[in-house]
Amino acid sequence: MSEKRLMRGTHVLGEAAIRAGCRAYFGYPITPQNELPEYMASAFAKIDDAVFVQAESELASINMVMGASIAGARVMTSSSSPGISLKQEGISYLAAMELPAVIVNMMRGGPGLGNIAPSQGDYFQATKGGGHGDYRLIVLAPATGQEIADMTRWAFDMADHYRTPVLILGDGMMGQMMEPVIFPDPIDPASLPPKNWVLDGAQGRPSRIIRSLWLDMDREEELNWHLFRKYEMITKEIPDQELYLIDDAELIIVAYGLAARIAKGGVHRAREMGLKVGLFRPKTLWPFPAEPLRRLSSYVEEILVFEMSTGQMVEDVRLAVEGQCEVSFYGRPGGVVSTPEEIARVLASAYHKIPGREHRASAGMNGPGLRVTA
Amino acid sequence: MKKVFSRPQSLKDAPFHYCPGCGHSIIHRLVAEVIDELGIRERAIGVPPAGCAVLAYNYFDVDMAEAPHGRAAAVATGIKRMLPDRVVFTYQGDGDIAAIGTAETIHAANRGERVTSIFVNNAVYGMTGGQMAPTTVVGQVTTTSPGGRVPLRDGNPLDLSEMLAVAQGSVFVERTTVSNPKGIIKTRKAIKKAFITQLEDKGFSLVEVLSPCPTNWKMSPAEAARWVDEIMSQFFPPKVIKDVA
Repeated sequence: MSEKRLMRGTHVLGEAAIRAGCRAYFGYPITPQNELPEYMASAFAKIDDAVFVQAESELASINMVMGASIAGARVMTSSSSPGISLKQEGISYLAAMELPAVIVNMMRGGPGLGNIAPSQGDYFQATKGGGHGDYRLIVLAPATGQEIADMTRWAFDMADHYRTPVLILGDGMMGQMMEPVIFPDPIDPASLPPKNWVLDGAQGRPSRIIRSLWLDMDREEELNWHLFRKYEMITKEIPDQELYLIDDAELIIVAYGLAARIAKGGVHRAREMGLKVGLFRPKTLWPFPAEPLRRLSSYVEEILVFEMSTGQMVEDVRLAVEGQCEVSFYGRPGGVVSTPEEIARVLASAYHKIPGREHRASAGMNGPGLRVTA
Repeated sequence: MKKVFSRPQSLKDAPFHYCPGCGHSIIHRLVAEVIDELGIRERAIGVPPAGCAVLAYNYFDVDMAEAPHGRAAAVATGIKRMLPDRVVFTYQGDGDIAAIGTAETIHAANRGERVTSIFVNNAVYGMTGGQMAPTTVVGQVTTTSPGGRVPLRDGNPLDLSEMLAVAQGSVFVERTTVSNPKGIIKTRKAIKKAFITQLEDKGFSLVEVLSPCPTNWKMSPAEAARWVDEIMSQFFPPKVIKDVA
């Protein structure tokens, strides 16, 4: 273990990637994540055999990632929302060709060019496909600098282990925030398990093909079921979540990433008011930690989902909860960052509306964001 | 008995699916012969395109990575940067390299990536059924230029190889044909030179090969070969376009 260092999120991610054995980075400038490619460029300049290429486009960069992965490298690219849209073609191919890679999306306001403020509007894109075809991405949602460091290591390990692309979903503020971090010890890339599928020249072995075209529909169906079984295994093995102050909670707020940090502040303030509220924070967005949330939903009166969007993850929450409790939603899209006080007001308002508590409900306690009850 | 003709080692024992009179079979063979001759089969990695030649991985007996449509130069960049002592080549049609993949190709050339591109120009989208390509010549009838290509409406044929020659990082660019025996011999020489350019670590190399497509041109193989020599070569003259290797 190294000593504690104070670093911004993008730099933490870059340093953690290098310590995970990443020796290839391809990217294209876009705000708010430019500090990550800048970190990679200057760090890789000091590492023999490490490759940094600033590509001519997001398309080129994801396809360079494909090439480096085909050659066996631990490879990463990063971007922000509009750039991630452009990379989707390549991400679909990576999934089909079973190529490990780590993709970082520091989300910004959208749709379209949107703005450069932190947002969570890309949940659907990240977890429900994004590119064409029947595939899934492992999607990790860190909420602290330390978690960025830990999850980046995890992302590279899982990408190699399952032979699948992994997306780290942050936002502009997570990338900028400076927090103390303790990094895992660095890995020597040479010590990683050999990959027996890479293309490095057919020396002393038959030639290999890495492809995604299967004109024979039976072969294509076979690939789809093969991927499906892999995704089923991932769904069993890796869902992860943080549970916070849930033991006596009657109302649970569900939020991820930056929104969960704000929600936690809201939970603190609500607890100070004597409200029995807790936080459920998915750390993996795909696979979504549905089972622990479903179990929790049979003990609580209501679940409030808070997202920096008009409501995307809330659909997965409703699927997980299966109608066992009320599910409501509060959201601030477009790059607006809520305050913990605002979330505490929303929690209080929801708490007092729980059946049997109506008499205690206070008027005018709602925040300005959209609130919908299921 | 002396053996005078056999299948190159770098080709698998598999029948080509290409149409009668198509240039791909000849060009595949020439690339394989050069790989054999240079003794690089065991360190060659090929990147076929989306298009008629997507199935090239069924024929070349070297490591092959299929690229998304147009992205071969970027995929090749990723492979070559990680494995600089391997020989990396792309094999692309005109729609792949000169339309949807123009940006990737120009920038790979401009960065001087040590990769070799074989650019098969048949003036038409072959696999999708004969639509107008960036290299469709003026007046040429295709399924999407039914009255013939009109520059003011459809744009002009794109001289991609000349554009690539302008890029500082490209060191060898030649245009040849496989529509006659002399052209085939020149094509082989050009492909060899392009691979040697890469082996000598000098920069980006490309061979554009004018190649007949009798099926989509709706001609006999003999007519198609003549059309390459008499019409297509006027728009795309076979020549060494750049050689600073």
